[in-house]
Amino acid sequence: MNAVSRRKFLKISAATIASATALGTVSCTRDKIKASAEKGIKTIPTYCNICFWKCGAIATLKDGELWKIEGNPVDPLSRGRLCPRGTGGIGAYSDPDRLKTPLIRKKGSKRGEEEFVSVTWDEALTYIADKMNDIKSKYGAQSMAAFSHGTGGKFLKHTLKAYGAKNIVAPSFAQCRGPREVGFELTNGNFIGSPERTDIKDTKCMALIGSHLGENMHNSQVQEFSEAIANDASIIVVDPRFSVAAGKAKYYLPIKPGTDLALLLSWMNVMISEGIYDKKFVEDFGFGFEQLAEEVKKYTPEWAYVETGIEPDLIRATARELAKNKPASFIHPGRHVTWYGDDTQRSRAIAILNSLLGNWNRKGGFYEPSKVSLPKYPTPAYPEMAYEKADNPGKKWPLLGDAEGSTTGLRDATITGKPYPIKGWLVYATNLIQSLPDERETIAAINNLDLLVVIDVIPNEIAGYADVVLPESIYLERHDEFNNAPFRQSFLSIRQPVIASPDDQKPNWWIAKKLAEKLGLGHYHPWKNLDDYLRYTSEKAGFSYERLKKEGVILGPKKPINVEEGATQDFWTKSGKVEFYSTHLEELGFDPIPKYTKPEQPPSGYFRLLFGRAPMHTFSMTQTNPLLSELMDENVVWVNNDVARQYGIENGQYIKLKNQDGIIGSKVKVYATERIRTDCVFMVHGFGHRSKALKSAYLKGGSDSLMVTKYKVDPIMSGTGMNVNFVTFETEA
Amino acid sequence: MHELIITRSNHLIDPIFTPWGWEIPIYLFLGGLVAGMMIISGYFILSGRHQKKDCSCFVVPTVALALISIGMTALFLDLEHKLYVWRLYTTFQWTSPMSWGAWILLLVYPILTLNAILKIPENIAKKLPWLKNIGEKLSGRKFAVKVIGAMSMISGGILGMYTGVLLSTLVARPAWNSSMLWILFLVSGLSAAAAFIHLFAKREDERRLLAKADNGFLIAELMIVALIIIGFLTSSEVQNAAAMLFINGPYAAVFWVFVVGLGMVVPLFIQLFAVNDKIQHTPIAPIMVMVGGLILRFVIVSAGQYSGWFTGTFTTP
Amino acid sequence: MARYGMVIDTKKCVGCQDCVVACKTENQVPHGYSRDWLAYETIGKFPKLNMEIRTERCNHCDNPPCVYCCPTGASHISDGGIVLVEHDKCIGCKACVASCPYDARFVHPEGYVSKCTFCEHRVKEGKDPACVSVCPTHCMYFGDFDDPESEVSKLLQERKYHAIIPEAGTKPHIYYLT
Repeated sequence: MNAVSRRKFLKISAATIASATALGTVSCTRDKIKASAEKGIKTIPTYCNICFWKCGAIATLKDGELWKIEGNPVDPLSRGRLCPRGTGGIGAYSDPDRLKTPLIRKKGSKRGEEEFVSVTWDEALTYIADKMNDIKSKYGAQSMAAFSHGTGGKFLKHTLKAYGAKNIVAPSFAQCRGPREVGFELTNGNFIGSPERTDIKDTKCMALIGSHLGENMHNSQVQEFSEAIANDASIIVVDPRFSVAAGKAKYYLPIKPGTDLALLLSWMNVMISEGIYDKKFVEDFGFGFEQLAEEVKKYTPEWAYVETGIEPDLIRATARELAKNKPASFIHPGRHVTWYGDDTQRSRAIAILNSLLGNWNRKGGFYEPSKVSLPKYPTPAYPEMAYEKADNPGKKWPLLGDAEGSTTGLRDATITGKPYPIKGWLVYATNLIQSLPDERETIAAINNLDLLVVIDVIPNEIAGYADVVLPESIYLERHDEFNNAPFRQSFLSIRQPVIASPDDQKPNWWIAKKLAEKLGLGHYHPWKNLDDYLRYTSEKAGFSYERLKKEGVILGPKKPINVEEGATQDFWTKSGKVEFYSTHLEELGFDPIPKYTKPEQPPSGYFRLLFGRAPMHTFSMTQTNPLLSELMDENVVWVNNDVARQYGIENGQYIKLKNQDGIIGSKVKVYATERIRTDCVFMVHGFGHRSKALKSAYLKGGSDSLMVTKYKVDPIMSGTGMNVNFVTFETEA
Repeated sequence: MHELIITRSNHLIDPIFTPWGWEIPIYLFLGGLVAGMMIISGYFILSGRHQKKDCSCFVVPTVALALISIGMTALFLDLEHKLYVWRLYTTFQWTSPMSWGAWILLLVYPILTLNAILKIPENIAKKLPWLKNIGEKLSGRKFAVKVIGAMSMISGGILGMYTGVLLSTLVARPAWNSSMLWILFLVSGLSAAAAFIHLFAKREDERRLLAKADNGFLIAELMIVALIIIGFLTSSEVQNAAAMLFINGPYAAVFWVFVVGLGMVVPLFIQLFAVNDKIQHTPIAPIMVMVGGLILRFVIVSAGQYSGWFTGTFTTP
Repeated sequence: MARYGMVIDTKKCVGCQDCVVACKTENQVPHGYSRDWLAYETIGKFPKLNMEIRTERCNHCDNPPCVYCCPTGASHISDGGIVLVEHDKCIGCKACVASCPYDARFVHPEGYVSKCTFCEHRVKEGKDPACVSVCPTHCMYFGDFDDPESEVSKLLQERKYHAIIPEAGTKPHIYYLT
C-alpha cells in the first residue's frame, strides 16, 4: 500500500467505523469503557493460543486493563508456568498491526497489492456468501476448500462442511508432523500426537534428532527436559548446529545434514550386532526382526562415519548409552520433520529404534495418554459429499489420510484444475505464503481462485492476496472449543474472553455462524453463542461449566500411563505387532525396511539452508507482538566462523541470501559463530515479512521460506521435505 | 573462541555505554578551570599581589562565577529527573562524591563572591555603592582578606580534586579507576586556569609568572599521564584493556595528538621559548592548553564509558 | 533479618527469556527497556563447545557502588538487602548507572533510574519474584542466604557455583550453579 492509498484507506475506514457505530453494530467501544471502569484486580482463566500446546493460563486485569498472564497451576500442560510466548501473549492484544475491521480488496487492484477498503461485517459476509453460492452453482461445493490451523478453525470448518465442502487441509501435516505420525503408525500402529507422548521427565537417556527443545518452546516438554537434565539423564543431541539442547548434552553429534537415516541405521546395527536391544520385547511383539537384522548388517558405524561425519566410536557409545538405559530411553520422534522427502522412512527408523529399546508405554520411554471425550452438540447431518478429495487424486500418496489432507496437493489441484477446479479458499490462521514451500506456486494457485477469504488476527502475507480479510478477535477476547488434548492425565480446559476486542474484531465462532446464516445454513449453528455451546457439551460430559469458568481447567480421572502403572502395550498394525519389516509398505511398492540414500550436496559456494524455532516466536504469527518482538525483532543467519572469514563476512553485518533458483531474500544480519557446521546455515523461521501492513515487522530479518523454492515430496504421504535448498551470500546488501 | 552474547538493549547502555554526553565533560572542564582560577586567585591574595595595581585576582573570581554557573547549567542539563534537583540539598551522602560536589559548589559561590567584592570595578561600584562599602570594609581587614584567600585556595583545591574523584570512584569503568585521576584533573585545571588568566592578565609580571607556572603544570601533567597509564598496565586485565584504549585503541589518536601533543607538549615548548624571551608571548599556547584540557575531559569521560567488565557482542541468538 | 538473593542453575536454563517478559509485564517496564536479560557464553571450537546460558539482572550487591555514589540517597539498601531506587528522590544524575559493573541500571523514560527490585512487592506477599515464578525450566531459586536451611543456601552447599565479576568487589548476591 503506498502512502496515498493508505491515507484513503484510513479515511474510508474511519468513515465506515463512524457509520457502523451510528447504526449500533459496533458495541466494543462501550464495552471497553465499561471494562476500564472496573477498579482493582480481576483474574480470569483461559487457555493460551500463541502456539498449539494450548496451556492453561490465568489472565490478570488491573483496573479493567490487561496486566499479565500466568500459567494455571491446575493445568498439566503449563504446570503453572507459561513459556515466553504465553507470558508475552498479552502483547497480541496491543499489537499495533492488528486487523481492525473487515476488508474487501479494492476494485481494480491485483491480488498481493494489499489495496483494501474497510467494510462492515454484513458487507463482507454477504460478499463471501454470494461468491460461495456462485462457486457452488458453477462448479459444485467441492470447489470450495479451506486451509485451517489451530483450535479456532473448528466452527468455520463446520460451516464449510454444511455447505458441502470437504477439501479441508492444514499445514501441520504435510509441512510438519505428518511423516512422524505415518512412520510410527506403520511401525507400531500408534500415533505420537500432540503433545508428544514422550516421558521425558522420567527418562534416563534421550536422543534428539534435530529437535531443538529449549528453542522449540513447547511448554511441558521443555519443563520435562529441564527435569531430565536435573536428573542427570544422558542427553544425546544430533544436529548440524550446536543448539541450546546440544549445550546440555552428554553426547553431541554434529551430523552432516541429510544423513540422519545413516546414523539411525547404524545405531540399529550396533544394538543388534552387540545384542544389546530389548530381546524380550522384540520376541513378544516384533514382526520381521530377522529381515531387519539382516538388512542393517551393512550399516556399520564405519560405514555411517563416511556418510554422517560422526566418529564410529561416538556412534557406538551413543547406541550403547541408549541401550544401557532401556526401556527408560528413547529417540525423540521430533515435531517438524519434513526435511528431505524420505521423512516417513526416517521416522520409521526412529520408531524401529524405539522398539529395539522396548520403550513403548514404559516409564522413561513413551507413555499412554488419555483424554476427556466430549459429546457432539447435535447439529443436522452434513450434505452427502461423495466426491473424491482434490488433494490426493487416485490415492497418489497412499498413506495420506483423508482426515489430514495435503496442503500442497490441494494447491496443485488449484493450479491444474485437476481432478476438478478449486475456485475458493478459506484460509484460517495460517500464513500460507510462509508455511507452504515455494510461494510462487501458492501465488499461482491463488490467481486461479474466484474467492480467497483470509481470517486472521494480523494482516500476514497471505492476507495481502485475499479478496476478503476478516479480523478475528485474539484468543484473550473470545470463546473457543475446549482443549481436551491427550496427555499424561486427561483434562478439560476452557478458553473464555478476558477482555473486549478493541476494534471491530469478531470471534471465529461468530464469523462461522454468521457466514452460515448468510449461506442459509444457520440451523447448523443451533447454539445462541459459544457460551451456550460450551455449557451444553461440558455438562453433558459431566464437567461443571461454572467450575470450568472459574478454575479454567478440570482434571479427568488418573489412568495408568505405562506398563509400570498397569497400562498395556497395544500395537494397531496389520499384524498386531511392531513391524520391523512393513508388509504394508512392501505391498504399496515402498521399501519395507528404511533404506539410506545419499542426500544431494550443495554446489560449491552454496550452503544448505536449515531453519528452526526461537523460544519467543511462533512461526510467522508473532513478529508484530510488541512484547515478543522486543525479545527478538529480527532473525539472524547463522554462519560458521571459518566460512564467514573465508567470504569476508563479519558478525553483525547485513547480507542477502540467494538460493539455487536465483531468489534473493531481504537483508539479514549475520551471526558468525562456532555453533554450526561449515556446510550449512541456519535461520529462525517466520521473519522477513513482506506484508506492508505488518508495519512493525516489515522486512525485519530474512525469510527462510522465501528461499524454499525447492522441496522433495515424500511419496508415501505427500510431506514436503524443505531442507533441500542451498543458499549463497550476497554481500552487496 | 570465546563468544558472549547479551540480549539486553537498554537505551544509553547497549550496545555502547553512553549515559553521559557532552554535558559532563564540559562541566568537569569548567569545574577544573574554576578550581584552578580559585587557587591562583587565592595565591595572589595570600602572596600580597592583590595590593598591586590591576591584579587579576579581582577579575578572576567574577569570571569564575560566570564559568561555574555555565558548568552547573551543563550539569543540570544532564540530569534526567530535573524537577527533583533540590533533592541534592535535602541530604548529605558522605560516600557520594557527587553529594560532596553539590555541597562544595554551594561553598564555592560565596567564596568567589567575597573574593570578587574585595575590589569592585569602578563602573559597578558606582551603581552599587552598598556593595562597594562591604568590599571596602572587608579589604580593610587584613585577616579577613587572608582568610578569603586561603578559603579560595582550599575550596578551589577540593573542587579540582572532586572532579577527578567523581569518576575514579565509579568502579565499573576501568579507564576511570586510577587513584591519580584526581591529581590529573587538579593539575589540568590549574594549567588551564593559568593559561586562561594569562590571556587577560594586565600585568606583565603576572603573565610571566603564569606562563612559568603553566610550564610546571604541563610537565607535571605529562608525568601524571605517564604514571596513570603505567598504573593501568601493571594492574588487572580490564585496566590493561583500558590503557590500550589510549595507547592504540579508539581513543589513541585524539589522545596523543590533541591532548598530549597539541594540548601539552607543543604549548609547553612555545611557552618555554616565550619565558626565555626567544619568542613573544602570544595567546596561541594558552588557547592550546585550554582546548587540550577540554578535550582531555571528553576523552576521559568517553573512554571510561567505553571501558567495562563485559566484552559481549550484542546479537540476537 | 533476611538476606535475599538468587541461585540460578545454568545447567537447566535454556535461555528462553521468559524471565525477561515476565518481568516486563509484572513491573510494566516500558517498551525497549529490560531489568533482566540473558547472557549466552560459548567457549571452544566446533564441535567441541561449552555453552553457559545465564539470566542476569541487578546482583543486589552487599557492597553496592550504586548506593555509595548516589548523591541523594535515592539508591538505598532496603529490607533483606534488596537494592532499590526511590523514584522521587532520584535526580537522574546517572552516577549509579555508570558505577554498576553489570550495567543493570537504566534511566526510565520518566527520568528516574530503574532496575530489578527482586519484585519486592511480591516478596512482601511471600511470593517469588516474577522471573523466578515463571521460569519453565525451574532454573531460578530465590531465597534467604541468612537462613542456612533455605533452598538457596543448601544449593550453594551442594553444588559448584560462580558469581558474575566478583573481582569488581561488589559482593554480588546472585550465584550461578555450574
